[in-house]
Amino acid sequence: MRQLLEEVSAKVCRLLMLLSMLFVGVVACQSLHASTQDYESSSDAEEVAIEALAPADENESFNNALSELATASFSKKQTITSELVAKRYPGSRSVLVALLENQLYADKLSGKVLILAEKDGEKVYYDAISGELISDSVLDTKRITTNNSLRKKLRGDIAIFDLNSDDRNVRLAAVQQLREVVDQNVAVMLREQRSIEQDDDVAEEIRVTLAIFDLGSEDPAVRLAAVDELDGELGNDVFNQISALLQSEENREVIKAAEAAIKRIEGKRDFYSLLETAFFGLSFGSVLVLAAIGLAITFGVMGVINMAHGELIMLGAYTTFVMQQLLPNHIGLSIVLSIPAAFLVSGLVGIAIERGIVRFLYGRPLETLLATFGVSLILQQLVRTIFSPLNRSVQTPEMMSGLLRFNEVFAVTYNRLYILIFTFIVFAGLWLILNKTSLGLKVRAVSQNRQMARAMGVRTARVDALTFGLGSGVAGIAGVALSQLTNVGPNLGQAYIIDSFMVVVFGGVGNLWGTLVGGMTLGVATKFLEPHVGAVVAKIIMLVFIILFIQRRKQGLFPQKGRAASGA
Amino acid sequence: MTLQDHSAISRVMRSDRGIKWFVGLLLAAAVLLPLGHLLFPPESSLHVSTYTLGLVGKYMTYALLAVSIDLIWGYCGILSLGHTAFFALGGYAMGMYLMRQIGTRGVYGDPLLPDFMVFLNWDSLPWYWHGFDMFWFAAVMVVLAPGLLALVFGWFAFQSRVVGVYFSIITQALTFALLLAFFRNEMGFGGNNGLTDFKELLGFDLQASSTRVGLYVTSALALLAGVLVCRWIVASRFGRIIAAIRDSESRTRFIGYRVEHYKLWLFCFSAMLAGIAGALYVPQVGIINPGEFAPINSIEAVVWVAVGGRGTLYGAVVGAILVNYAKSYFTMAWPEAWLYALGVLFVLVTLFLPKGVLGLVQRFKRAES
Repeated sequence: MRQLLEEVSAKVCRLLMLLSMLFVGVVACQSLHASTQDYESSSDAEEVAIEALAPADENESFNNALSELATASFSKKQTITSELVAKRYPGSRSVLVALLENQLYADKLSGKVLILAEKDGEKVYYDAISGELISDSVLDTKRITTNNSLRKKLRGDIAIFDLNSDDRNVRLAAVQQLREVVDQNVAVMLREQRSIEQDDDVAEEIRVTLAIFDLGSEDPAVRLAAVDELDGELGNDVFNQISALLQSEENREVIKAAEAAIKRIEGKRDFYSLLETAFFGLSFGSVLVLAAIGLAITFGVMGVINMAHGELIMLGAYTTFVMQQLLPNHIGLSIVLSIPAAFLVSGLVGIAIERGIVRFLYGRPLETLLATFGVSLILQQLVRTIFSPLNRSVQTPEMMSGLLRFNEVFAVTYNRLYILIFTFIVFAGLWLILNKTSLGLKVRAVSQNRQMARAMGVRTARVDALTFGLGSGVAGIAGVALSQLTNVGPNLGQAYIIDSFMVVVFGGVGNLWGTLVGGMTLGVATKFLEPHVGAVVAKIIMLVFIILFIQRRKQGLFPQKGRAASGA
Repeated sequence: MTLQDHSAISRVMRSDRGIKWFVGLLLAAAVLLPLGHLLFPPESSLHVSTYTLGLVGKYMTYALLAVSIDLIWGYCGILSLGHTAFFALGGYAMGMYLMRQIGTRGVYGDPLLPDFMVFLNWDSLPWYWHGFDMFWFAAVMVVLAPGLLALVFGWFAFQSRVVGVYFSIITQALTFALLLAFFRNEMGFGGNNGLTDFKELLGFDLQASSTRVGLYVTSALALLAGVLVCRWIVASRFGRIIAAIRDSESRTRFIGYRVEHYKLWLFCFSAMLAGIAGALYVPQVGIINPGEFAPINSIEAVVWVAVGGRGTLYGAVVGAILVNYAKSYFTMAWPEAWLYALGVLFVLVTLFLPKGVLGLVQRFKRAES
């Protein structure tokens, strides 16, 4: 039976290792891939946006339109730009873009309109009509100016051109831009585009934009249909438009529909803000769990009070910093490599603490507390001496930055999402080690009955050192994750030590599940309290709650049962 | 803590020579230092500056805090990692009195509101600030505030039999929660900056050297009284039960003593003592801020006791003065090294000097005789 268990555990171990290697590999590939993609996309941007040359007769009228631009008043400029849009000259878009970006100039001598651009690091002019590079070195130019309302119109005008772009992202942005300036003409264009649009997202965006436009219609039936059309949309603009409609609306049915729509939108928004708070809570909880889970082993399973636990987390975070210094060009890879490195660094320091100090103090918890506190002071000061007392910044890899957007009001940041997932992976790994490997079996045996375990041939001293090393190593891994969320400094650990003890004690000493559930509960509860009472009071409330909770239920959320309860 | 250990400590207690020496030295310090300050001119090498007086006076208040910790840790086995919470509460009570004494001499010159409240645009004094213009009221609060907190907290903790390390950790959480609370401006205790810029105490100018001498002598006498009262407690019948609880809590309970009650009263008394220490500390350093609540301060105070040798009372005094002198020296001469030294001290004392410096002295004595 025993042999079978060991065999199974060995297999599980191998499987776990394979899985983790796979995970590491995938993450590394992704990060490499991400960096090459970046490189490609950035090279496009440098091309100068000059479009194909125009036939001669068109050039003529284009030229006429442009020649007035330099001297026209702002309102006249509006008309001219409208003409450029309506006639769709091949160079129209470049001119509009240049005008918007303050790159459009007129030559005082010839009256030619020129586009300023950069080529090989030097400023050069292109002819706006022919697209030719102007080789004359002597030019006396004057910038064609814009004002706010003109710039707003220009953005819409450019968007009209972009509506026919081949790139769906450009079309999407164009529709969003047009929502600001939509009028009868734009609506017609949008309807046209909708009939041929292939991309679902763009079509959806056009649908919403048209419905918003229809809200302003003369016909109550059209307004009613528009309100119905917009029902269930979450965007701010939709909400504002319907609210605005309610202010001016006279038709009773439309009012009724609009009120119902507003109510539903608010309901959905409340739901998503609840979801967002819940996610922040889970994220904070995952940080607590990560910080506490190593302690759940050293304190929970072994019964050792390790006040240097926070500093072991800090060492993990500094390991990440050092790895990034060693591999400055591969941020993603360095983070992935930091995980085993931090495990080793913190684990070895942990083993040193156990062999050097803690083992002489077994059975004297208060002395252990004081001695390990001394270690924590030494480690903090050591870090100050080596890395300076200032905070160090650890970079976030490309794949971990940015938002994962579900809809207009609900989005989660990737780094928090990854850390949440990472927490579960660490938890699962630790659970498997404790429950499915021979080391885990020995750890549990020693913690339940030391003498009996020794009598059965378990080398308890070695098991103690390895267990302590395991708990410390996990603290190091937590440090890697924390380095992505907070500043890396000598006081990083101190901030987490009390929280970690609270989580372990709250969840029930000696119980990994308790730590997980306890940490997540505390995290979510804190984040739900925060909007109402503020961060500091929320923290105080949680501390007081735990103090009272421990006093009512000393064993925590999940008390140990049976033999485990009498040991340790 | 074994029975053998206990017998060793009681031997220390019975040999009265130690305590006589201690009382004599403390009285001498209480008299000689002020004399050195008053009799000799500043040029003389025997002159004691106000700075030194203030420093030693501060050590005396630290020593009183250490005695209060030793009373519960050394004699009852309760390790509180939040004792500076009581120290700081006492300090805040005294600070509030000193704030009210400033009167119109503040920057804003408001006769009723302390400066920070004017700054925060408060128009009236919060209810808990009333009465602090009277010294007797503040003096009562110095004892009452920490005592009440200890009563409520201890009642919950001891009733539900939170013992050992768990108690240590929740006391640490307690002081941490108070730290966060006092940092808030809305609490009405000056927030981040705390209370400072005091002018006078009982009509005496706090900057005057005669006031410094008075404060120093008061601190020394308070320390002396504290040690003697604690000694009287531990030598009494009550004290023997306390020691019995330390050595075997469940056995004492089975014999029929209400263990919780004994622990609770001892804890409350210890908290009040810490409060008095805090109240004497504040006028000498001239400031009280939320930093005093920091958990690390509590743990440092525990180390004073461990270094001196717990379960002796005057060992706590020796430890507090030794460690703080070392701290003053290091932070001036070699600031980076202080945390290393403190950390190594923690480790070495727990590993090699379980009975502290006094235990070492006794070991040498025994080896001689």
